[in-house]
Amino acid sequence: MSSPDRLVYMANQIGTFFRSQGHDKAVPGIADHIKKFWDPRMKRAIFAHLDAGGAGLEPNVREALTSLKQSLPAAS
Amino acid sequence: MSLIEEIDYGTPRSKSETMVTLTIDGNQVTVPEGTSIMRAAMDAGHQIPKLCATDMVDAFGSCRLCVVEIEGRAGTPASCTTPAMNGLVVHTQSERLKKLRKGVMELYISDHPLDCLTCGANGDCELQDMAGAVGLRDVRYGYEGENHVFAKSNGKINAAWMPKDESNPYFTYDPSKCIVCSRCVRACEEVQGTFALTISGRGFDSRVSPGMSESFLGSECVSCGACVQACPTATLTEKSVIEIGQPEHSVVTTCAYCGVGCAFKAEMRGEEVVRMVPYKDGKANRGHSCVKGRFAWGYTNHKERILNPMIRERIEDPWREVSWDEAFSFAAEKMRGIQKKYGRDAIGGITSSRCTNEETYLVQKLIRAGFGNNNVDTCARVCHSPTGYGLSQTFGTSAGTQDFDSVEDTDVAVIIGANPASAHPVFASRLKKRLRQGAKLIVIDPRRTEMVESPHVKALHLPLMPGTNVAVVTALAHVIVTEGLANEAFIRERCDWSEFEEWAAFVAQPKHSPEATAILTGIDPKDLREAARIYATGGNGAIYYGLGVTEHSQGSTTVIAIANLAMVTGNIGRPGVGVNPLRGQNNVQGSCDMGSFPHELPGYRHISGEAVRDQFEALWNVKLNPEPGLRIPNMFDAAIEGTFMGIYVQGEDILQSDPNTKHVVAALSAMECVIVHDLFLNETANYAHVFLPGSSFLEKDGTFTNAERRIQRVRKVMTPKNGMADWEVTIALAKAMGFEMNYNHPSEIMDEIAALTPTFTGVSYAKLDELGSVQWPCNEKAPEGTPVMHMDGFVRGKGKFIVTEYVATDERTGPRFPLLLTTGRILSQYNVGAQTRRTENVVWHAEDRLEIHPHDAEQRGVREGDWVRLTSRAGETTLRAEITDRVSPGVVYTTFHHPDTQANVITTDYSDWATNCPEYKVTAVQISPSNGPSDWQKSYDEQARHSRRIAPAEAAE
Repeated sequence: MSSPDRLVYMANQIGTFFRSQGHDKAVPGIADHIKKFWDPRMKRAIFAHLDAGGAGLEPNVREALTSLKQSLPAAS
Repeated sequence: MSLIEEIDYGTPRSKSETMVTLTIDGNQVTVPEGTSIMRAAMDAGHQIPKLCATDMVDAFGSCRLCVVEIEGRAGTPASCTTPAMNGLVVHTQSERLKKLRKGVMELYISDHPLDCLTCGANGDCELQDMAGAVGLRDVRYGYEGENHVFAKSNGKINAAWMPKDESNPYFTYDPSKCIVCSRCVRACEEVQGTFALTISGRGFDSRVSPGMSESFLGSECVSCGACVQACPTATLTEKSVIEIGQPEHSVVTTCAYCGVGCAFKAEMRGEEVVRMVPYKDGKANRGHSCVKGRFAWGYTNHKERILNPMIRERIEDPWREVSWDEAFSFAAEKMRGIQKKYGRDAIGGITSSRCTNEETYLVQKLIRAGFGNNNVDTCARVCHSPTGYGLSQTFGTSAGTQDFDSVEDTDVAVIIGANPASAHPVFASRLKKRLRQGAKLIVIDPRRTEMVESPHVKALHLPLMPGTNVAVVTALAHVIVTEGLANEAFIRERCDWSEFEEWAAFVAQPKHSPEATAILTGIDPKDLREAARIYATGGNGAIYYGLGVTEHSQGSTTVIAIANLAMVTGNIGRPGVGVNPLRGQNNVQGSCDMGSFPHELPGYRHISGEAVRDQFEALWNVKLNPEPGLRIPNMFDAAIEGTFMGIYVQGEDILQSDPNTKHVVAALSAMECVIVHDLFLNETANYAHVFLPGSSFLEKDGTFTNAERRIQRVRKVMTPKNGMADWEVTIALAKAMGFEMNYNHPSEIMDEIAALTPTFTGVSYAKLDELGSVQWPCNEKAPEGTPVMHMDGFVRGKGKFIVTEYVATDERTGPRFPLLLTTGRILSQYNVGAQTRRTENVVWHAEDRLEIHPHDAEQRGVREGDWVRLTSRAGETTLRAEITDRVSPGVVYTTFHHPDTQANVITTDYSDWATNCPEYKVTAVQISPSNGPSDWQKSYDEQARHSRRIAPAEAAE
C-alpha cells in the first residue's frame, strides 16, 4: 500500500467506526481522532490528497478532514 | 542478606470474619473460624510437627505426626484436620504424643535412604527436620525388610524399587525417597489444577504416579513446579539444586515473562542463581508459578548472549566489537547526522515492554526531550493499544479494573480471545480453582483451547469465526437488553442514561440478534443466548480477554463492546467482576503508563495539553513538541517513504513480532541507523548498525507493572554481565547525543515519575519495600493503591455507552485463500521465543506447527506431521501440520515462537481503525503439501547468518 492510499484507507476505517453514530457526531469524532493520533507528516499528506481532489475519501471523512484542516494552524 | 524463610502455617488461611478463641499450650489464641489447630498453634508461635501438611494445600491428615491432645476429647486428633473452636484447650506436647510421633518417624525412616550427607535436599529436608524434632535416635526395625530404597534386597532384585525419573529437564523424581505424603498430588490438583499426578496402588504399594505410571515428561505434567515446592523430601528436587547445592541468600523479585507478574525469591549462592521459588506473599501469584518463571531463566547466561557493544557501517558488513564509548559516539553521530539531513522528526525509538518502568520512562524522555520529537512507541502498539483506547473512552482509564484476587469472588467468568492456560498460566490456575468451587465459565474463542475442557472444568464454548468478535459481543448485548436483563439501577446511577438509551436501541435491532448474526459468527444462537443469560444473571460476572480481542481491524470496537457489556449488567466496581485485559508481556501495562505512546505523556495525558507539557518542560528543561509522533506501523511506512531514517529499539524484536515481515524488512533496510539494544542478536539486529548489549531482569533494579496495575520491584541479584544496566545505557546514549540525564539509581527515576504523574504520586521504592507492591492509582486519595477501580463511580464521571457496529474485516477468504489463519501461544514458549528458545523448554515445543481440521486436511491430502505450504496475500512459509478438531473446519492455527517459521511473513498490513494495532488474528490463507522450507525462508536464513557474523578482534598493538 503506498502512502496516500494507505492514509485514505486508514481515514475511511475511522469513518466507518463513527458512521453508526450519525453524521453530526461522526464528523467531529473523525476529525478529533485524526487530530489526536496522526503525526504531522501524515496529516500533511492527507490534506495534500484532499486538496488534490480527495479521491476515495468517504463523505463524512472528507468533511471531517476539511474542517480539521481549517482549524489547524498552517504550520502543522 | 540471608535466605528468606517463609512461615509454613500447615493449612490455608480461613477467610471467615467470625473469630474463635482457644488455648494452646497455655496461650490464648484468637483465629478466624475454620482455622485448623495446627495453623492456630503456628500463629501463637508453636510449631506442631508435620509432614503431609503445607499451607498451599488443604489438610489431608495422613502422616499422623501432627497429633495433639484436646482436653475433654478422646484420642489424639490430627491438628491439621481439626478446626479451632471456642474454648478448646489443646496440648501439643505430652509423653503420649512424643511416643506416638517417634513411632511414626521410626516407621518412615525404616523405609528411607540414610544418604543425608550426599542428598540434594541436605539442609532443606522436612523429613530430616522432623526426625530431629521428635528426637529420633534409632530405628528398631532395621533396614533389611521390605523397602523401596534399594535396587537389590538380600541379593535379589527388589521389585518395589524404582529408578530415578530424570525426564523433566528441570527436576528429578526419585521414588526411593518418597514418603507418600501426597503433597505433590494435592499441589498438582489444588494449586495448579492439572491433575497430572495421582497415588497408584494401596498401602505399601502406594506410589506417586505421573499420569498412568508414565514419566514426568510423558505425562500431562506442565512442569509448573508446584509439586517440587510441596515435596518435603528430596523426592522431587530441582536439578539446579542437585548440581549447585543449597542457596545461602535470597532476594524477592518479579518474573520477566508474562503480564501476571509473579513474585519470586531468587535463591542465590553468591551471584549464581540456584533456583527461582514463587513467593507466597506475591499478591499476583500467591506462591504459584509456571514452567517459564520457575525454571526457564537459563537464557540469562546463554552462550549466545552478546556482552560487548558492536557497530558496523553497512548491514552487509560483519559486526565489529568496540568499546562502549565508541559505540555511543558512533550511534550519536549517525542519529544527529540523520536529523541534520532529513529533519528533526526523522528519528525515533521504541520502548520495551520487557524492560522496567524506569527504563521505559527514560527512553521516551530521551526521544521527547533529547530527539525533540514524539516518535516513540512500544510493542503494546501491536498487542493492547486497543485496550488503552477502548477503556479510556468508556470508563476513563486505560487499564483493567480488578486485581487477580478478585477471581476468588467471581461467579461467572467470560474469557474472550485469550488462552490463559498457555499464556497466563498462574492466573489460569487461580481461575480454575474458583471454577472447581462452582463458578461458571464461558469461552469465546475460535479454537477449543485448554480452558474449554480441563479436569473438573467444562466451559460453555462459543467457537466463533475469526474476525466476528464485535458481532458476537453485540449479540450478547442484544439478548441482555431485549430480554430485560439490563441492570437499570446501576446504569441510572453510574452511566449516562441518554447514551445508554441510544445504545440500547442500537443493539436491540433485530439485525444484531444471535439468530441474525449466526451466519457470520458460526455460533449456535441457543448457546449465545444461554451465555448472555448466565453472564447477566449468574452473580458476579467478570470478563477476561486477550489479544484475540485486540489484534483485529475492529480491536478497539470489541474492547468498547466488552465495556458496554460490563456496564449494562452492572458488573463493574466491586470484587469479583470487571473488565480484565490479560497483558502479554511483563511490563506492557507499565510501558503504556510511562508515556510510551506517541500521543501521550506518562499517565495517559495527551501531548497537546499545554498544562501537562508545561509541567514536563519545567522539570526536563526543554521545549516539547505538541504534535503526536509516529506509531510503529507509521514509522515503517515513513521509512519506506524516506522521511524516517533512524531508530533506537530497546528490548523488542520488531522484525519477528510485527506483521508482514517483508514490509518490515523493507522499512528497516531503508533506514540509515538502526540501534538495537537487546540480550541477543535478534532478528531486528540483522538490519542494525549498532548493537548495545542489554542486561537481564536479574541484573538491574527497577519496577514492573503487571496486568492488574500492580507495581512490583525488580531487584538486582548479580552484576550486569554486559557491564551496564539498561537504564545506564540509555543515559549514556543520551549523553553522547548531547542530552544529559542524571540519576544515580532507578529509585530516583521513580521519584521523578511520581512527581509528574497524578496516579503515581504515592509510589516510591520505600513504599514498595514496605508494602511489597501497590496498584495504581496510588496517591493522596489512595495511599496504599487501588485494587478495584471505579468503586464509587467511573473515573471519567459517567460510564459511556458507545455503539459498536460490526464491520467485516477487509481480509476476506475467497477461492484463492479459503481458510482463516489465527495465531496464539503455547505454555512452554514465550512470545518470539528469544528467551524460552534458549532454555530447556524446547523439549516441549521445538517448532511451530499448523493446526488444521481433519476435513480440511483430507481435502488437501495433508497427513499428520507433513510439511505444508502456508500462503497468504502477503507471503508464504512452510511448517508441519498437526491434525486436530480443536480448530473448526475453515480455520487453521499456529504459534509464532520460532523465527524459522516466520508466521508473520503471512500476516497482513490490516490494522485496528483506532490504534493501528495489527490484525494478527485473521489472515486468509491456503494450505498445500510441500517438500520443505520456502525460498523466502531459505534466503532469510542465509541473510540472517550472514548478518550475524562478528569480525575477529584485531590484535592489540
